[in-house]
Amino acid sequence: MKNSKRISKIITYAALIIGSVIMIFPFVWMILTSSKTVAESMQIPPTIFPKHLLAENFTDALKSLPFVNMYANTILMILFRVIFAVLFSSMAGYAFAKLKFKGKNILFSIVLMQMMLPSQIFIIPQYQMVAKLGLANTVAALVFPGLVSAFGTFFLRQAYLAIPEEIGEAAYLDGCNQWQTFTKIMFPLTRSSVAALTVFTAVFAYSDLMWPLVVNSDLKMMTLSSGLATLRGQFSTNFPVLMAGSLLAMLPMVILYLFFQKQFIEGIAMTGSK
Amino acid sequence: MKKGKISTAARREQAWGYLMIAPTIIGLIVLNVWPFIQTIYASFCKHLGFGHYKFVGLENYVSMFQDTDFWRATGNTLIFCVLTVPVGIFISLLVAILLNAKVKFKGGFRTIFFLPMVCAPAAVTMVWRWIFNSEYGILNQIFGSHIAWITDPKVALISCAIVAVWSSIGYDAVLLLSGLQNISKSYYEAASIDGASKITQFFKITLPMVSPTLFVTMIMRLMTSLKVYDLIYMMVEETNPALTSVQSLIYLFYRESFVAGSRGLGSAIAVWTVLIIGVATVFQFIGQKKWVNYEV
Repeated sequence: MKNSKRISKIITYAALIIGSVIMIFPFVWMILTSSKTVAESMQIPPTIFPKHLLAENFTDALKSLPFVNMYANTILMILFRVIFAVLFSSMAGYAFAKLKFKGKNILFSIVLMQMMLPSQIFIIPQYQMVAKLGLANTVAALVFPGLVSAFGTFFLRQAYLAIPEEIGEAAYLDGCNQWQTFTKIMFPLTRSSVAALTVFTAVFAYSDLMWPLVVNSDLKMMTLSSGLATLRGQFSTNFPVLMAGSLLAMLPMVILYLFFQKQFIEGIAMTGSK
Repeated sequence: MKKGKISTAARREQAWGYLMIAPTIIGLIVLNVWPFIQTIYASFCKHLGFGHYKFVGLENYVSMFQDTDFWRATGNTLIFCVLTVPVGIFISLLVAILLNAKVKFKGGFRTIFFLPMVCAPAAVTMVWRWIFNSEYGILNQIFGSHIAWITDPKVALISCAIVAVWSSIGYDAVLLLSGLQNISKSYYEAASIDGASKITQFFKITLPMVSPTLFVTMIMRLMTSLKVYDLIYMMVEETNPALTSVQSLIYLFYRESFVAGSRGLGSAIAVWTVLIIGVATVFQFIGQKKWVNYEV
């Protein structure tokens, strides 16, 4: 009995360690390659560790893409999308969960409809609107489809549904009007869901590729994702520079993730399971 | 109910309700409902440029159904799902079960498996292109092989599937892990007393109890796989000889709508993709009755 337990423990650890190595290897390989010279990266058999730490690839990557603009565009896009998603979805989520008004179910079905359809079905008309408004190649264009969030509304409605009715009634008896009940009592109670929505919105916006590619063709107005995508055909043999560029694009989110792993994982898992 | 009978308080509540949903509902109508209608209409139109359309009936659909690239894209998308969903879910369940055991550094393992989730696919695919590189890539070096992972039409879709599975394991495992953690320990204790083996316990307790979570995870993975775009876009550029053997429906949609500028045809492809997603969802919901256990 004791022996078999030990064996199963060894197998468990072995499987987890092998799995982790496979998961982490591409990242390690990216870091190692990013400081090799082109010649060294193509050496056969390959060297594992770079002979000397080369910063040149990073300066080359910074020269070939406007990283400062890309960082700024990405941060601004994420910031505005999060603000809009949290603000409007909290209001709508609260109203759908707690207030009585006519046509509520029909209006909520619009939210559900949007969630079920893939975003590509909206993208051509959305692009035409942006073009018509003269917003192409602006940060506003990047934010545009994220002005409202059907998913956020659905998700925060769940959070408000979980709050007992008595809390709202108590606030009403204390003389709060609907707006005060919402802002002072209810909204603070949904803090963990708002945090989850923030993480979800940020990661989603950061990863999104098609919309930023379509709407902002000027390299200076691209996000980290779409800017990096333009390198795909170039430097096809200069992998060290490509790795350095990818590393620069990934680093901010990865650092945030390592600091707030619990919030990231729970946030994304929470939004997924609802 | 007549108007006069609604109390002032109820009327005020109703007004607040409309006011608070207004930004979201107006936004959804402008950004989603109207575009949805426009896309369906545009699929029956020819784009004349500058957002002007001319009605042409079924022309786009006819030329779409006659196009071999379109059928290949549909096939590629379905094969991609077959390659990624079962394998991905199986490995994720395995990882979740391992993480659910009493192990040290559980948080550390979870962090590592989840890492691809917070990395932009654009950045992650770049390193996979390097790993898969046929001449100098580490994968061929390790195995001493000469496989053209990205440019061989027979292999490229499998390479994309490998990256997709690698990227999604952590996310799916975290979802499944939360399902596993909800299973009460007492079931296992009772089963051990009755002398049930670990394997019997897995099939009689774990699998039925986790089946609702498994179902949700599978549906989400299938939806994501049917809409696959960014990973394949990053992996296989337009000049790659393997393009038509890898190109997914949404990739084709992107190229028709925004590279070739045929927005009518692009819209038809988008409508077709929605139909496929709809059919897949219906099948999953019918199929779930056979194996998902809700009597918990």
